[in-house]
Amino acid sequence: MSGHLTYQPQNAFMQWMERRLPIAGLVYSSFVVYPTPRNLNYWWTFGGILSFMLGVQIITGVVLAMHYTANVDLAFNSVEQIMRDVNYGWLLRYLHANGASMFFLAAYIHMFRGMYYGSYKEPREVLWILGVILLLLMIMTGFMGYVLPWGQMSFWAATVITNLFSAIPLVGESIVTWLWGGFSVGNPTLKRFYSLHYLLPFVIAGVVVLHVWALHMVGQNNPTGIEPKTDRDTVAFTPYATIKDGFFMVVFCILFAWFVFYIPNFLGHPDNYIPANPAVTPTHIVPEWYYLPFYAILRAIPNKLLGVIALGASIVILAFLPWLDTSKVRSARYRPLYRQFFWTFVIVCIGLGWLGSKPPEGNYVLFARIFTVYYFAYFLVILPLLGKIEKTKPLPNSIAESVLLEGKPIGAPAPPPPLAKA
Amino acid sequence: MVIARTLALAAALAAFTAPARAQEHDTATPPMNKWSFAGPFGKYDRGQLQRGFKVYREVCQVCHGLKLVAFRTLAEPGGPGFTTAQAAAIAAEYQVPAEPDDQGEVKPRPARLADYFPPPFPNEQAARARYNAVPPDLSVIAKARGYERGFPRWVGDMFTQYQEQGVDYITALLQGYQDSPPAGVTLPPGNFYNKYFPGHGIAMPPPLTDQRVEYTDGAPMTVEQYAKDISAFLMWTAEPHLEARKRIGMQVVIFLIVLSGLLYFTKKKVWHEVKLHPEKLTPRPPTEYPRT
Repeated sequence: MSGHLTYQPQNAFMQWMERRLPIAGLVYSSFVVYPTPRNLNYWWTFGGILSFMLGVQIITGVVLAMHYTANVDLAFNSVEQIMRDVNYGWLLRYLHANGASMFFLAAYIHMFRGMYYGSYKEPREVLWILGVILLLLMIMTGFMGYVLPWGQMSFWAATVITNLFSAIPLVGESIVTWLWGGFSVGNPTLKRFYSLHYLLPFVIAGVVVLHVWALHMVGQNNPTGIEPKTDRDTVAFTPYATIKDGFFMVVFCILFAWFVFYIPNFLGHPDNYIPANPAVTPTHIVPEWYYLPFYAILRAIPNKLLGVIALGASIVILAFLPWLDTSKVRSARYRPLYRQFFWTFVIVCIGLGWLGSKPPEGNYVLFARIFTVYYFAYFLVILPLLGKIEKTKPLPNSIAESVLLEGKPIGAPAPPPPLAKA
Repeated sequence: MVIARTLALAAALAAFTAPARAQEHDTATPPMNKWSFAGPFGKYDRGQLQRGFKVYREVCQVCHGLKLVAFRTLAEPGGPGFTTAQAAAIAAEYQVPAEPDDQGEVKPRPARLADYFPPPFPNEQAARARYNAVPPDLSVIAKARGYERGFPRWVGDMFTQYQEQGVDYITALLQGYQDSPPAGVTLPPGNFYNKYFPGHGIAMPPPLTDQRVEYTDGAPMTVEQYAKDISAFLMWTAEPHLEARKRIGMQVVIFLIVLSGLLYFTKKKVWHEVKLHPEKLTPRPPTEYPRT
């Protein structure tokens, strides 16, 4: 769904440039005249917010890397040095640490939005899968970043997570030794995590380019889940989407600033201000909040290997979502049953997150198991069956019609548009 | 929503039943204190930081280091507010190893502003040999300790900006000693009973007694006051830029609120015609929509 390339520069230099490298024309067609559905709500602003957060993480991260030292004896103190002696080092570090949380928060909202409105369905499967790859890359990057301050939680999280690979039969132990670069989590581990933590964000940026490219091939989904048919269904990206995205990005930044400036350690764990000590195990080893649902799934299963498989499957299964959901209707707006199961799924994910923060004992394990069963049943049983049995509500004829029908009557009645010959 | 409601109910049930079992061997919850540095306008009380520093020097310092704290920071803005001369005089009371001399020998010299607080022990083994435990360094201890807030209090903490778990815990711990453990509790040899310490057996003997540190500013010379002052001082050593952070934070948040207001009205203006007069929109270049 591309607008025709209509960028005609007036400036002589831009004309010269456009004949050689049409980059201004590309920007013009992708971010200025690009048609975007007119009925997008604020849940659609999280894509822009995510790009912004990636930028924040890369910029703060590059500066932090100038001051950080990846060595088991120096890492903890070098982070404290940043907090104390680097000009605005405390700001950079708190932006980066809380930025990771904001990044995940925005990503989860972005994904739930995609699921609610069926944005993963034909023709947006590749767009969705690229998103799942981005999530995987984010999880790896975030995990390795958490190890770098080399506090108690850093060290023990690294130990627990790398040890998961030992569940693999036959080669598990060898893989773990290879990951560590030694026979326990140590200096080689820290250094390779640092190296990869610097590399992966640029891989993420590359996949983001593919994600946006794929998005611009198929166009954005919208709350009705039906495709735009005429110009009455869309508005130009600039100024309409730009100003709306910009406004909500600033609102999101208020939340971000609240955490950074007032409760910067709220999402962290006090134990990570204790330097790493291989001889002392913390009472409860807890990952960052954004991994808790997956952690709960891992611990819900008594067998280590099966637990690791379930953990991996809980993420990988998302990539198959376009084919697991058999319904022809995209948006939950017109799927009354799906809506119930969807919100239950959201509650289950939040519940798993809460259970992941609790010790694996008693009722916590029981509920983690019930919720894990629902998590997988949602994808493997409910969605495939629901598409076959659900009676969906009638879809509107067009996006414009759905907007005009809602709410109050709209000013001047729009003249019936001549149907554009496609 | 029947399924959703059932599951929510089940989760709530789990939340109520599980902590009841955990309570059995639970530690006491530290009381919340009023701190001058809490909240969005928080600032350290200079007098309190100076008193806390006095407590540190006369009581804690024997066993606990402050290796991440440089003497110069005692005179930096947002801290205890010593003058540079005072900070230099304090530094000179400490001995640090000098640079090797012509003979290659390392002799001690008085510390300067640029130096850091020297450690009380040359290494962990020395500490363990003397006290049978390693007294932790106190530089970031106020952020390295805390206590479980539990649901739903932790949700409220996001809005009330409660970030003082660490200082509240330290204040409580210093006052939480009991002469004899409750019946049925046996402590490891050499340990003391403290109702706020996880596991209750703490190797540190009760450090504070009334009148132990002399205050000249009229503040009460009680264990309670000492505990609060040293905790506040340790909050500063853990978070020396807290005042700047909260001050800049207020500026940033006000700026963002104003900017978001302006952007909101700009957005309304821009979208006005889309909403009300779609026929007035400027014509766009032709677009090919996919046939569905």
